[in-house]
Amino acid sequence: MSEREISVSQAVHETQRFILSTHQETLILGLNAASPTGMFETMTGLHDEFGSDRVIETPASEAACMGIALGMASSGMRPIVIHQRFDFAILAVDQLVNQVAKWHFMYGGKLRAPLVVRMIVGRGWGQGPQHSQALHAWFAHVPGLRVVMSSFPQETRNNLYWSVLDDAPVVFIEHRWMHLVKGNVSSGPPTPEISSSIIRRVGSDVTLVSTSFMTVECLVAAKLLAGRGIEAEVVEIITVSPLDVGKVRDSVSKTGRLLVADIGVAQFGVSSEVIFAVLEDGGVRLRAAPVRIGLPSVPTPTGPRASAAFYPTSITVANSVLEMIGASESSKFDEKRTDLELDVPNTRFLGPY
Amino acid sequence: MKPQQSPWVNSDEDVLGLLESMILIRSVEDKIASSYSSAPVRTPVHLCTGQEATPVAVARCLEQGDLVFSHHRSHGHYLSVGGNLVALFAELLGRVDGCCAGLGGSQHLSDLEAGFVASVPILAGTVPVAAGYAWNVKVSKGRSICVSYIGDAVVEEGVFHETLNFAATHRLPTLFVCENNLYSVHAHISVRQPDRTITDLVEGHGIPAVCVDGNDVLTLRSVLEEIVHLVRSGGGPAFVEAKTYRTKEHVGPSTDWHLGYRLESEGAEWAKRDPIAMLENYILRHRSAVSRSRIESIRVGTMKRVEQAWTRAMESTPVSFEYAEEVVFPPARSPHE
Repeated sequence: MSEREISVSQAVHETQRFILSTHQETLILGLNAASPTGMFETMTGLHDEFGSDRVIETPASEAACMGIALGMASSGMRPIVIHQRFDFAILAVDQLVNQVAKWHFMYGGKLRAPLVVRMIVGRGWGQGPQHSQALHAWFAHVPGLRVVMSSFPQETRNNLYWSVLDDAPVVFIEHRWMHLVKGNVSSGPPTPEISSSIIRRVGSDVTLVSTSFMTVECLVAAKLLAGRGIEAEVVEIITVSPLDVGKVRDSVSKTGRLLVADIGVAQFGVSSEVIFAVLEDGGVRLRAAPVRIGLPSVPTPTGPRASAAFYPTSITVANSVLEMIGASESSKFDEKRTDLELDVPNTRFLGPY
Repeated sequence: MKPQQSPWVNSDEDVLGLLESMILIRSVEDKIASSYSSAPVRTPVHLCTGQEATPVAVARCLEQGDLVFSHHRSHGHYLSVGGNLVALFAELLGRVDGCCAGLGGSQHLSDLEAGFVASVPILAGTVPVAAGYAWNVKVSKGRSICVSYIGDAVVEEGVFHETLNFAATHRLPTLFVCENNLYSVHAHISVRQPDRTITDLVEGHGIPAVCVDGNDVLTLRSVLEEIVHLVRSGGGPAFVEAKTYRTKEHVGPSTDWHLGYRLESEGAEWAKRDPIAMLENYILRHRSAVSRSRIESIRVGTMKRVEQAWTRAMESTPVSFEYAEEVVFPPARSPHE
């Protein structure tokens, strides 16, 4: 099948447009759903094309809109709720955690909540403490919610489509910098598929496990490491919950080294969960202590210099691997980018990968 | 908005129907209370004893297809629309024949056949959910209405106001019914809300609101008839505040006068206005064709029905943890297709 190259935001946009056209029970609601700015190109033109009953500009009422979406879903519709920033979804957490997550369970399997909540993680340009949080680990902790990370364009299309059609509630997490990443997608409409994890690069020396934008950083790190004769295998986790670490375990059985890089805070995060899930039955032997890479337990600083030091990069990943294999200090990579460059997406690496 | 009574004329049978429905709710709550300590009921029960008139009056104005949403004090709402009695008891007992397979307990009820969609104990939990259902009714051009039951404390929750704002903006067919029983757990409304009425607050959202005597089922019935008609005919959301009183403790089978947060004398005043006694007095005074023994036979018949339902519920099997694990997620779509 022929392929074409699109960005992740285009993938989100065309998948939603396709679903709205083909499934009359679907609708999208949220703040800025009808905004002329198009929510990072993921919503451009949808309101004009489908009208205000299918693409609903809501009041600034995140909590009620989550519950309203639940009512819509329980009554047979398939709503997609959008949050321009993950941080705004926190206003809706009571409805999401207390009601949506348990809706099927607490009525003994009678009622369903087939809905998707899109949450977009911000980064850079002074987004600061309340415009850049990645709290997917919170939701992964709640039974009854599926937590899916948007990935490269092809998987984003298929996973989003599957998430809308599945009868369970799905928290679908996007990333502002990931939106810009390009990749090839099959021609024709998306197919409803869900990925638990994907091997992005094959290697034999170390397993790099990643989520969301850290996949980009890990792939860049793998290239750097290849220049030193180290072959990294990169496994991207797409479905954070329910978590399936089968591919990670197989990879680590081969490489004996495990590094997990997540976009959230490291403490009590996805990295720790992945590492423990791989090791807990004692079947996998490591040649070096496992490494988790995530954000420090510090709210996101706004100033560019502080922010640049806050986010781990491909260099952080590559140097951690060098440490794992016992390479000398002098062999480590030196970050040559400026503080300001670290505050915007690195246009040298936008894919396709 | 001033309460307006419709020219609804009630036949003797209509009035007896209201009475029977209230007696059923009272008998069920009494049965739960008297069995609570001895029976294997392991669920917090918020009994609605004393508050029977509102749900019964509301239910009489509803049609097939109308939907009801409730909260922790929900038994009356559930029973008034014809919710399955055996399934209610079995739910309280954690049995597989419960209306939620024994996984919900008293605080999570659902009987879709009766139009009782869901109840939850988080304050205002189902308020936006009712609006979401109402959205579906509106866009599918249905004539059903969604009834959202709340207590007086719910107007203190943010999501309540968010939902009223949304429902008013989109003129959703939603009827909000507030049973104001003066207390949120043990706190009197005067320490929780300023000196203004709940209906004033709601009218600020552009939603018509009336306040009625929540223990007078006949007046309630007349006022609700008008309001339900308004909502059903596309008039947008409406709000009814029914002033009433719970005679039992906030949660549990007993009374709680010993706690001292409310006076027994206050309870005694309200007891004079017990909704069932009020309707019985009305019938005996104004419905000469109805005898005292007819009322008595309704009471005896209802109690017998309650006892039989309890026995059947007790025969049901306790729900297993394996079933609980099974229903965390609905059956998933195939990962690839």
